[in-house]
Amino acid sequence: MFRNQYDTDVTTWSPAGRLFQVEYAMEAVKQGSAAIGLRSRTHVVLACVNKANNELSSHQKKIFKVDDHIGVAIAGLTADGRVLSRYMRSECINHAFTYESPLPVGRLVVQLADKAQVCTQRSWKRPYGVGLLVAGLDESGAHLYYNCPSGNYFEYQAFAIGSRSQAAKTYLERRFEKFMDSSRDDLVKDALIAIRETLQGERLTSNICTVAVVGVGEPFHILDQNTVQQLIDAFEIVAEEEPPAAEAGDAADQETAAGEGAPAEEGAAPMDI
Amino acid sequence: MQELCKHPFVLVRLPMPDDACVSCEIGYSSLLVHRRCPMMYGKGLKDYVEQVPGSRSGSLFSERTLYPYVTGTALVALVYRDGILMAADMGGSYGSTLRYKTIERIKPIGKHSLLGASGEISDFQEILRYLDELILYDNMWDDGNSLGPKEVHNYLTQLMYNRRNKFNPLWNSLVLGGVKNGQKYLGMVSMIGVSFKENHVATGFGNHLARPILRDEWNENLSFEDGVKLLEKCMRVLLYRDRSAVNKIQIVKITEEGTTNFPPYSLKTFWGFESYEKPTAGEEGHHLKMTN
Repeated sequence: MFRNQYDTDVTTWSPAGRLFQVEYAMEAVKQGSAAIGLRSRTHVVLACVNKANNELSSHQKKIFKVDDHIGVAIAGLTADGRVLSRYMRSECINHAFTYESPLPVGRLVVQLADKAQVCTQRSWKRPYGVGLLVAGLDESGAHLYYNCPSGNYFEYQAFAIGSRSQAAKTYLERRFEKFMDSSRDDLVKDALIAIRETLQGERLTSNICTVAVVGVGEPFHILDQNTVQQLIDAFEIVAEEEPPAAEAGDAADQETAAGEGAPAEEGAAPMDI
Repeated sequence: MQELCKHPFVLVRLPMPDDACVSCEIGYSSLLVHRRCPMMYGKGLKDYVEQVPGSRSGSLFSERTLYPYVTGTALVALVYRDGILMAADMGGSYGSTLRYKTIERIKPIGKHSLLGASGEISDFQEILRYLDELILYDNMWDDGNSLGPKEVHNYLTQLMYNRRNKFNPLWNSLVLGGVKNGQKYLGMVSMIGVSFKENHVATGFGNHLARPILRDEWNENLSFEDGVKLLEKCMRVLLYRDRSAVNKIQIVKITEEGTTNFPPYSLKTFWGFESYEKPTAGEEGHHLKMTN
């Protein structure tokens, strides 16, 4: 996309029928660090790569709990993501107050999309530069949605956004048909492996990734570092025997193998959140 | 001590303090003015509402309901094995006149709920309009989610409580019942916003006459026939003892499958008591006693 005379403001169409500012906003999402989501019938898992700017600073927070039954992972301008998370939390809590009942994810996502659309049709605004993976539960089951700066939203079985997300998407595309009936633990494992794909050879440790789960009987929560490290160690051992790309879906010995692995090499020493 | 006039007075904010009638003026920014003071002519002052200094910008007065006009009497409802049963008579009283006899006081709300009301009928109709809009927007989402009885009950609680806080209540006692995904729900909201869930509820006179019966005889596994018999027992007592009851009963049932309205019918009553047939038996020597 080259700079041209139709991209100065969001309310100018190009002759080809494109809104360049909106497309540039979607580029911002691609520059952010990776976030992935996948779901089964009863659970949704979100995972993201947390890179710190330098050794001294803490990570960017990229996963937000919106309500007990909804969480969101962001990629792109994290400040915009924070503001949208606050909006989502506000909508959920207002609904719960009036109706004593959780706001269905599908409705929240539409409200979010409409909010994003407004910014694509006002000359004094700019589109939100953040893509949101919204994970939630409602009456009709577990759902994963992607909201993009253009104001579009789609429901996904599994998706990855952010930089180097294509590697994760490739991994997920190979395996998504099994996700619907996966167990919760398998889902988390798949999420971690997908994250590892985006790291392009860098070692996966719990310091640089965050995982969150929501499911039936399990409110949205972020897994703590130790748990994540144990899970990583469990499949890293198995993966040493065969290359990661060709790994078969072996399920059960994850729990028994947990805790066996040596503690992960620290590498960078960022602060915990 | 300034002598205040004995006629009903009203608190208003007049454009010019000096305009108020001399006998009633109190020298503050809000004045107590005689309701019939000539200065109040043409101010749109109604006798049956009380004026309070307008809080909305641009209006001098806001009004609040003082008393209800066309009212429905008691309502009784219970949870039974398959769902909820609600019973009410079809009367609308205008004070002590039993004026309207075909008022449906129980209405279905959406797919999953029933709303019954006693109290001011016009306020009930207003509530139905609010709920109609609510259900409309809910249906418009068309996304597999729907407002169930719990959600509607909480919405009504907020509605009633917020109106009460503005001193302008909807003068109703509402009963909200329904079934969704196999879960049975029955709750009540009063005009002051008191709200709770129970297995059997009653409004108005039903609180005093029907609830003792329900407490003794309700159980979790009532069949439909037992439920109706129990409701009829309550409605019969109400018919005998509540002066605003009318002998035309509407029973509505709601289950997972949906709502069923039963055609209105009358309860059989018995008046053949000796004291009614011979009211003056035993009154020897009374100058009005018939000698036969």
